[in-house]
Parts: sequence; C-alpha cells; structure tokens
Amino acid sequence: MPVSRGKTSCFTGWAARPRANWPALTYLSGQMALSDLLTLTPPGLYCPAADVHIDPVRPVPRALITHGHSDHARAGHGRVLATAQTMAIMALRYGAQFCESQQAVAYGERVTLNGIEVSFHPAGHVLGSAQIRLQGPSGCVVVSGDYKRAYDPTCAPFELVRCDAFVTEATFGLPVFRHPDAAGEVAKLLRSCALFPERAHLVGAYSLGKAQRVMKLLRLSGWDKPIWIHGALEKITHFYQSEGIDLGDIRKVSAADRATLAGEIIICPPGQLADLWSRKFPDPVTAFASGWMRVRARARQRGIELPLVISDHVDWDDLCATISETGASEIWVTHGAEEAIVHWCQTRGLDARPLHILGYGDDEVEALAEGAP
Amino acid sequence: MNRFAQLLDRLAYESSRNSKLRMLADYFRTTPDPERGYALAAMTGALSFTHAKPAIIRALIAERTDPVLFAMSYDYVGDLSETVALLWPAPQTERRNVAPPSLGDVVHGLQQVGKAQLPQLLASWLDDLDETGRWALLKLITGGLRIGVSARLAKTAVASLGDHDPNEIEEVWHGLSPPFLELFAWVEGRQERPSANNPAPFRTPMLAHAWDEADFDKLDPADFSAEWKWDGIRVQAVAGTDEEGRRVARLYSRTGEDISKSFPDLMEMLCEAHFGDVSIDGELLVVIEGAVQPFGTLQQRLNRKSVTQKLVAQYPAHIRAYDVLSENGEDLRELPFADRRARLESLVARLAHPRLDLSPEIPFSDWPALAQARRDPASAGAAAAADAIEGVMLKRRDSVYVPGRPKGLWFKWKRDPFNVDAVLMYAQRGHGRRSSFYSDFTFGVWKGSELVPVGKAYFGFTDAELKELDRYIRNHTRNRFGPVRELDFSMDQGLVLEIAFEGLSRSTRHKSGVAMRFPRIARIRWDKPAREADQIEVLETWLDVGLRQSAPNAT
Ligand SMILES: [Zn+2]
Ligand SMILES: [Zn+2]
Repeated sequence: MPVSRGKTSCFTGWAARPRANWPALTYLSGQMALSDLLTLTPPGLYCPAADVHIDPVRPVPRALITHGHSDHARAGHGRVLATAQTMAIMALRYGAQFCESQQAVAYGERVTLNGIEVSFHPAGHVLGSAQIRLQGPSGCVVVSGDYKRAYDPTCAPFELVRCDAFVTEATFGLPVFRHPDAAGEVAKLLRSCALFPERAHLVGAYSLGKAQRVMKLLRLSGWDKPIWIHGALEKITHFYQSEGIDLGDIRKVSAADRATLAGEIIICPPGQLADLWSRKFPDPVTAFASGWMRVRARARQRGIELPLVISDHVDWDDLCATISETGASEIWVTHGAEEAIVHWCQTRGLDARPLHILGYGDDEVEALAEGAP
Repeated sequence: MNRFAQLLDRLAYESSRNSKLRMLADYFRTTPDPERGYALAAMTGALSFTHAKPAIIRALIAERTDPVLFAMSYDYVGDLSETVALLWPAPQTERRNVAPPSLGDVVHGLQQVGKAQLPQLLASWLDDLDETGRWALLKLITGGLRIGVSARLAKTAVASLGDHDPNEIEEVWHGLSPPFLELFAWVEGRQERPSANNPAPFRTPMLAHAWDEADFDKLDPADFSAEWKWDGIRVQAVAGTDEEGRRVARLYSRTGEDISKSFPDLMEMLCEAHFGDVSIDGELLVVIEGAVQPFGTLQQRLNRKSVTQKLVAQYPAHIRAYDVLSENGEDLRELPFADRRARLESLVARLAHPRLDLSPEIPFSDWPALAQARRDPASAGAAAAADAIEGVMLKRRDSVYVPGRPKGLWFKWKRDPFNVDAVLMYAQRGHGRRSSFYSDFTFGVWKGSELVPVGKAYFGFTDAELKELDRYIRNHTRNRFGPVRELDFSMDQGLVLEIAFEGLSRSTRHKSGVAMRFPRIARIRWDKPAREADQIEVLETWLDVGLRQSAPNAT
C-alpha cells in the first residue's frame, strides 16, 4: 500500500502482536518509560509499542532497515520498511523476493505504526542509508544505523535529529581514530600511480558505498582514465550510476585484461587483495581504503602496501560531537569499541550503555566470502 | 617534516628494495636543500642529539587526554609513539599561525633546546604536524625510527640522482656532513666531486645552555670568562689547502650549512695564503666603519642568489672570533678555553685582517657587575655596539671544546625579550589540570581601529591570575564558537595583556602578517584601556630591523 509523501500516514499492515516474553531493558526506564519504544531482543533492537525490529540479524515478521550492508539488511523478513534505495540494494543482493512485502519510505516522511511515529533521516553512510527515529508518547529515540559526517558526494549528507535516547554505532570508538580528509588519501594514491606508472594499483574497498565513493573521489581529483572494477562490484556500481551519480568510465576487469593494466587503478572487494586473482596484475601495489588503516599494525597485518584512511563511519571527534548535538541524555552504543565511548559519555554525565548485538559485523573489512565473484 | 614523514610512512609498508629505492630517489629529487640532507642524515645514522625519554611524551599526553581513554587507546594501538601521534588533540587550526616544522627545524631545535624547554617545544611541534608527522617526529626523538632502509640503500638512492655508482658516494662520504649540500650538488652535476679529504671540514660546534639566575649561588665568577653575545649568525670559518695545493675556504652556519657562496668577501680573506690551515668559531656580522650593524642589515646578505659587488661594498661582512678549533693541522679542541683564547688572540693579531677581529672579554669581578653589564652593555665597554648585543656569554675557563651542548660549561644569558601590549580577543579551555578554566588566550593589536590577532599564549600567569582571567572571560563573552569564546573588545572595552616574546617572523597564514615565537603573558594590565594597546606598526618595525625569522642563531 502506497504512502503519500510528506504526509503522516498510518501503515495498517502492522497488526498489534502480543508481546513476547523477552527481557525488557531498563536503561530507558524512569519517568519517560522509553522502554516501550526500544528494547533489546535476541534478533536485535525491537520497538514493543510498534511491534517492529530494527536491523534484526535473523528473520522477523516486521523489520525497519537502516541501510543495505549485509549485517544490517538480511533476507527472509516478513515485511520490510526502508528507503527505496536500500530496498533496491537488498533486491540486488538477495533477489527481488528478499522479503514477503516491502514498503519504501522517503527521507523525512512520517509513518505511524500502532501510534508510534517512524521516520527515516539521512545517515551519510552509503546510498540510501538512514537513521531511524521513533517518536512515541514517552519520548523520542533515534537509531543511527551506521553513519558518518565527513563529505561524501555519493550519498545524502547526515542529518542531525534531536532525541531523548540515541543508539549510536561506534565502529571507530577510540580517540586514536581521527579520519583525515579523504581527498588527501586519494592524493596519496595518485602520487603512487605517478611514481610507479608500470605497476597496477589495486584498491580494496567495500563493494557497497566505499568502492563508489573512492571512484567519485578519484574523479573529483582529476583521474580521468577508466576505473577498472572487479565483477563483484558491478551491480552495485551500476545502481549508483542509475541513481544519477556520475562515476565516469567504469570497466569490468576480464581475466584477459589483468596482465595489461599497468598504470591503471583497479577497485575490488578487500578479500580479493590477498587472492590469487590479484597476482595476475603487473607488479600490483595493494591499497586498502578503510578507517582501520589509521593503525599501522592493522595495515601491516593484512600486508597492505598503501593504506588509505577512508572511512564511511564517524570518527571519534564526530562521534562525540554527534552525541552531544543530539541532546540525548541516554546513549546506547552498538558495534565497535563500546567501552571507550561509554566512558566518555559517563564523564559528561550521560547515561550510556554498551549494547552487544551479536551478528553486527564490521563493514570496513568485508568478509572474504562476500567478495568472491 | 610532514613530507619526510610521508616518505617514512610509505617506506614502512614497502617490502621491495627496488620500490624503496624509487621512493627515496623521488624524495631526494623533489625535496630542497637542506631538508633532504637532514633526511639523508636521519636515515644513515649521521644525526645525533639527545633523545627524549618516553616519560616526557607520556607526561605531555597525560596533560591532554583522559587517562582511561589513553590506556584503552595504547592497549589497542600497542605503540607509544603511534598512540600519542593519533591521540594528540588537534589545536584550533584556524588560529594557528606557524607552518609545521621542517626536519631541519627539528634538528636545530633539538640541538639548542634545554632540557626544561624540551616538553614545550615538542608540544608546539606536535600541534603543528599532522598524524603522520607526529608519528615520525616521536619515533625520531625516541630513537625508535626503524624504517627498513639501510644507510647503503639511502646512499644508493642519492647516487641514482646522477647515475653514479653508490661506491663513489662511499668514497667521499667521510669528508661530508649533514646536510650534505656538496654531495647533492655533485650528484646533480652542479659542482665538482667533493674531496675525500676535506681540507675545510665542518666541526660540530659547542653550544651554551640558558643561564638560570639560580646558578649565581652555585658558581664562582672567577671560574668564568664573559663576552658579549652578538646578534649576528654563529659561523665556522675554515681555510685549508687541498691535495693539488689549491686554497679552499668554507663558511658554515651553526648547523653545518655551507653559506660560502653568499660571502665572496670572506672567502677572499680566508683564501689568503697567510691564513694557512685554520678553523675559527665566530659571529658573522656586518660592520661598517667599525660599527656593528643590526641583524636586519646582515639579512641583506643572507640567502642571496647573486651577490653583487655593490651589495658587498654596501654591507661588508665581518667575523668576530670567539674561538679557534684547529690551526695548521693541530686540533685545539682538547685545550682548555683559557689556552684556546690565548691562541686565538695571537692568531687574530698575526692575521691582522680588517674583516676579522676578536670578540672582547667583559671584565667583571662579581655577578652583580656582570648583571649590570648585561643590562647596560654601553656602560661596560660595548659603547656604540650596544644595539647589536643580545646578552652575555659565560664560558668556564677550563672548558674543552665539546661538540653539542654539554652541561655546565657554557651559558648564555640573554637580554630581556620583546614586549608588546595586546588586547585579549578569544579564549579557549585548557587541558588537563586546567581543563575547567579558560587558559588558552588569543590576543591582538590594533590595525587602525580594528584588532588583528597576533598570537596565542598559554603560559606566564599564576594560578590565582588564571582564576581572575577565567572570571573575566566568563563575564565578558560576546560569542561562543564551540569551545572558543569571543570576548567583548573595542576601543572602549577589553583587557590588555603585556605579552613577552622571543622573536617575530612574517606570516602569510595570519591576518596580521606576523607570527610570534614563544609568546607568554608577562603581565595582566587590568589598569590599561584597550585603546592604548600597541599598534601593528610597532611589530612591523621590529620585523624591519630584522628580528630573525626563526632565531636560527640562538646559541
Ligand atoms: Zn554496521
Ligand atoms: Zn554499514
């Protein structure tokens, strides 16, 4: 059933369901009774009042999905509410039948589920990524999903949403993670291309979001040669292009091409860097675009020769700033170095708790399996 | 330094020898002198300075970060230098007014800084560098720089700049010293091959510690000789004869930079046969009709691409001799200062050249007499030269000439630094113990009817004054930008601070066009109306009389 844009609508497909006997979290208790809005269950974050899960890690009847990364967006749910772009990305990854029924929601549009007002707001993480805001009579909760505040020409910029409780990611939740300007990192790559024109430059980048952002940054830095991509990136990259993101001349690498790509830039899933596939290129320089590249031991561990500190997550400074700016007095922290940011919140008088959700992955380092063609 | 750091960063991840060589060669080809020479020195182990202890670095970071967050970070990263490099809080970049230090700045800075000032100097470098730069700096000064490049590989990269065999570099290596200007000039085909037996070698100079007034009680004036500290450039003038019997002369800066080219007048003097084989430590000055000219005049002779006859005639160069290091093959550095001084006096008398004279001794019987001389050089025999005097030097009469900055032998006791009255413009919270106070102050001087920021100070006030300042700031805030408060200032309102600083340089990054070295608050002028603070012209005149760019000569 279609929802008209800009208007509050009631999504009647969501029947009230008896509440399961899950242990409700008390963190958001007190006079506000925010626990009606959000609690933690084995499949993940759950809104009892609206009877809906957010980014559940196993199939559930009803799910709100923040973005298309595989640890947040899984196949097999009953009904799914997400942005149109996230929905399209899920269909690309899992096939058109990835759930029983789906409904696309525009950024800022308000949908009412059993009296809870739900809206999606840009998270600046990847194309279609959203923070999910739940407004009930007891208050307002925002689930950030993954987000960043640094410049990214391939997706809508992060929108700050004020709330009473903020569920934030903390992938880079240590003060050593301060992401530099991504353009400077791309300049590093281009300098290396100039210094080693007879070598191929292989850049490992997560296939959804990071890869396309690197392509766009290369274009903005003046790289006008074709950009070569591994087959695993093809569908998503075409989707970005179809959404109006101009990435220039993008070419898929065929087996025969590999030996001829001296002086070229090839983007592939990170898992491919250590694979036999990469050895057919002329004396390849292996680069990896990830926030983890900030720490030398991590880069060395993976045998990376040219670490590029480019992240699609907030760094420490932006994480702290965002927590402050939301005005939230309660902070839940998901995947990452939760202890450090919890400590930081506590030194500022904020009530903060780590939320250990099993199954949330680390999308800066994509699983080997997913990178395989 | 940032560029050198990027090279080290890249080298650290590269395993192929050939690729390392390419990176090194690219760096040497695209980096100017003397920076690349210091980089070569760092990679070949030719740099030596006292290393900073990790405890200093730990203390610096402890003042700036939460201990729990530091511990978690260190635990994760596993390396102290890297943790600190990444964790170091970014300064308010829009208010910084200095360029990041070059590797040369770091090398010089570490050679001249006293132990007590090291943490502050280090902190200011860390503020100005990026993450990679901080990592490289900390590795360098803690002696933990392991970059997988052998001295041989670095020399091979230098050789490749001019298709030379690396063995040719080895043959001349021992006659060379940082920053290796002759070596690069040769491989790039701009100069002849340096001689393996350098007839005019540079010897690392002996430097002085800052005099602490508490030292008066401990030291006996009779043990010391005093002389003026001249406001020129510390140089080493060396003359010799090569294997073919040709006269060779060199003028080196304190850091070993060969500045001979700018001083053909002095080269001519040193090449005179009766100078023989000699190495003189002295001050480079411009002297006109016996009068020492201010530093700004000397600047007319520095860093010149071409030196015209007219320039030489207009600004005649001069060496005022402090010490003699060798004479006709005899190394004199093992002699006590008093003996060397006697040798120097007879040497200068024998050479009898108008461009060379002796730095006079200051007669004094006790410390108060010397303090009086320092305060008023004219009264102690300096007469008209008083303006060219930076302070006094004290040398133990029994001190042998020790390269570097040995303790307890030589002292410099400078005249007071420069002072200016400025208006407080912005304040920001401090770090650590001071994190609840506004303790970082940006101040400005008048440019017409407008205030322009000229610097930032963190030091120079007592805790009681800090509290008063903090209260003033909270009550006089006009605007807030994140952690920064903009204060109420106008012709009729504002707090005047008397700022003392060590030097001044031109800055394009700063609206006022000037940048101060080591500014600190000398006094809080609660009594002084804002309109009576100084005008920018005052600073500009100091620039014009030539306060040095970065105090390269602070001995
Ligand atoms: Zn995630
Ligand atoms: Zn994600």
